[in-house]
Amino acid sequence: MSALIELSWIVAKIVALVVPLFVAVAYMTYAERKVISSMQLRRGPNRVGWHGLLQPIADALKLLMKEVVLPQNANRFLFVLAPMLSIMPALAAWAVLPVGDGMVIADINAGLLYVLAMTSMGVYGIILAGWASNSKYALLGALRAGAQVVSYEIAMGFALVGVLMAAGSLNMSEIVRAQEGPIWNWFWLPLLPLFIVYWISGVAETNRLPFDVAEGESEIVAGFHVEYSGMAFAIFFLAEYANMILISGLAAIMFLGGWYSPFHGIPLLGPLFSWVPGLVWFALKVCFFLFLYIWFRGTFPRYRYDQIMRLGWKVLIPVTVVWLVVVAGMILAEIGPWFS
Amino acid sequence: MIEKVIFYVFAAILLLAATLVITSRNPVHSALALVLAFFTSAALWLLAEAEFLGIALILVYVGAVMVLFLFVVMMLDINLSVMREGFARYLPIGALVGVVMVLEMLLVIGAGVVDIGGPPVEAAGAAAEPNNIRMLGSVLYTVYVYPFELAAIVLLLAIIAAIMLTHRRRAGTKHQDISVQVRTRKADRLRVVQMPSERETDS
Repeated sequence: MSALIELSWIVAKIVALVVPLFVAVAYMTYAERKVISSMQLRRGPNRVGWHGLLQPIADALKLLMKEVVLPQNANRFLFVLAPMLSIMPALAAWAVLPVGDGMVIADINAGLLYVLAMTSMGVYGIILAGWASNSKYALLGALRAGAQVVSYEIAMGFALVGVLMAAGSLNMSEIVRAQEGPIWNWFWLPLLPLFIVYWISGVAETNRLPFDVAEGESEIVAGFHVEYSGMAFAIFFLAEYANMILISGLAAIMFLGGWYSPFHGIPLLGPLFSWVPGLVWFALKVCFFLFLYIWFRGTFPRYRYDQIMRLGWKVLIPVTVVWLVVVAGMILAEIGPWFS
Repeated sequence: MIEKVIFYVFAAILLLAATLVITSRNPVHSALALVLAFFTSAALWLLAEAEFLGIALILVYVGAVMVLFLFVVMMLDINLSVMREGFARYLPIGALVGVVMVLEMLLVIGAGVVDIGGPPVEAAGAAAEPNNIRMLGSVLYTVYVYPFELAAIVLLLAIIAAIMLTHRRRAGTKHQDISVQVRTRKADRLRVVQMPSERETDS
């Protein structure tokens, strides 16, 4: 009986996390269109609902009604499996992310490793989609995406090693607690190069602009999901945005102090903002990173493929390796306020 | 009780996936079945409270090695009929190797400890340290530091050798020198010509 209660409690927690996540994904697409349109001096979606606020729902309905076309000679089983494989890890990784103090589904010790393992699974969806579609553009997109994701995972992993050295734990909640304090206590300051490397690799991992060669609309039509339509395409879309929110959430937890207020512990400002729940601060930090995603998309041209590879292997990885040594030195020297 | 059920479910999936690896007609399906096998064995390790090993297995094998493996399999145009040729001829040898491996494993594990279920036997000192990874790290960098460093050097050697083998300069290949590209200035590529302005004359 107690096991049953525990199980239903877990399911309730999952629902409480996944439903807002999907709403966030839907309105992320809206925000993206609105922000980019204002950057380009347009109005963006403004017909469905007040200021176009119902646009994501209309889009979802449209995609639901559309037919899912199976290409000839496509591998049916893998063609259907691929979108599922791409959304599953994006959602599963959220299990260990603390969105507030103690608000986490699974508070496990190996949290950071689990996240890395789950995000590394996401590439299968892309590769299988590319191969199962039996289309050359899709395969080219899949190859690019696969090589890119595997390369940037290394830089990302190294950046996370710096975080776990600084926090002395792999547990995500412990990592946040190690950053307790005002904004200058958070890890973005001592780990600034790792923070930047992590963010660049995060953008590359999600195949977003300026690293979106996997889709490359102007060269290979739409890359790995060119043959997908209707709901199957929508799931890829969902997975991409869920991954973006995941990477933003991870960045907020590991470098921007998770649920802590930027004024935490400051004499006058601290108590003034102490009524704001941690969840709100976390959401604000995630929104900041999501805005960066859109901003990049609106302003940067696409990287050339060989330059992406060069940036990952020859610039980002050496930077992280050097900074790991610096972090070790800072920890040994007990430089405050982070390591004292 | 629940742990036992989970164990048997995962064990069944693992066996099924492992069988699919060798019986599947399509090499891509085989590679995917191998991915599934890795994933389920990682889950079994998690069940045995070896969380670091389990997650490292997913991270290294599923996340990196199998992706590259899948690439190779997708790129190759494998002729299935040639691959299946001689299956019957090599079957006895394969079966023999399999039997020997099973016997060796049984010898290592000890036939008495095949009974699985319930929490695993706690290793000495493991109970004092609940954090699996911290324990692994402290043992690896104290007791086993020399073997560990040796293994690292061997791996480094393999990396350098592999890079040297693939990156030797061949005649006739075109390489982009990024530093030259970056150092290029506008004056190198673009010449601005000054011309007096002209006006079309009415004829």
